[in-house]
Amino acid sequence: MTIEEISTLVQGEFVCGESFKNREVARVFASDLMSDVLTIRDTEGLLLLTGLCNLQSIRTCEMSDIQLMLVVRGKVVTDEMIELAEDNDMVIVRTAFSLYKTAGILYGAGIPAIY
Amino acid sequence: MDFTYHVEGGDFTNAGSTSSEVKRMLKKLGVSPDIVKKTVVALYEAEVNIVAHAYRGDINVDLEEDKVRIVLADEGPGIPNIDWAMQKGNSTASQKVREMGFGAGMGLPNIQNNSDELKIDSVVGQGTTIEFVNYFNK
Repeated sequence: MTIEEISTLVQGEFVCGESFKNREVARVFASDLMSDVLTIRDTEGLLLLTGLCNLQSIRTCEMSDIQLMLVVRGKVVTDEMIELAEDNDMVIVRTAFSLYKTAGILYGAGIPAIY
Repeated sequence: MDFTYHVEGGDFTNAGSTSSEVKRMLKKLGVSPDIVKKTVVALYEAEVNIVAHAYRGDINVDLEEDKVRIVLADEGPGIPNIDWAMQKGNSTASQKVREMGFGAGMGLPNIQNNSDELKIDSVVGQGTTIEFVNYFNK
């Protein structure tokens, strides 16, 4: 499933990286704890689903080679975050849904969990 | 090649900027993506530790033909019990650090898991030095 299809499922909007909307999402990891995200070795096609929306969540994606991020609860993504995300060719999608609801929709759509 | 970067304690806006620069440098030099990733994950955790716990610190990156050696020396409160701090789940992090997505007691274990060699020296009331090495051919 592409990130664009996922965005549609969760009634999301592209905050940045819309030109990469055809990227495939292979698996999803949901966490607000960045140290936990940093433990994941294989991040190919990984979508980070998170309610933590700050510079460090983008930095964590940068270090972990994660290029797909879905932010829940309509959190504000600052210009500084967008700039850093764009430097790393990242896609950020935002949904108004909660973490629980978003995770449920994605799991129900058949996207595998990482653990 | 030898590079030194300065990190200020409490500067959460720039936390990770050194790790970012080192990542770009390692990629440019053609180091394999797996080694780049483990090196910058360990470095990023250690850099965040300086920002979260220390007053200031210096990060020295020494690139050799077969390995990268990174030394992070900070001025700060030090770690009273390194064995305790190395156990997953143990942390003295502030609420502010936890709000940034860290402080769950996973930093030092993550550094250990992403380094080939790790040495931690700490003097309470003075500071902590973390040194780790990653080999390029592993």
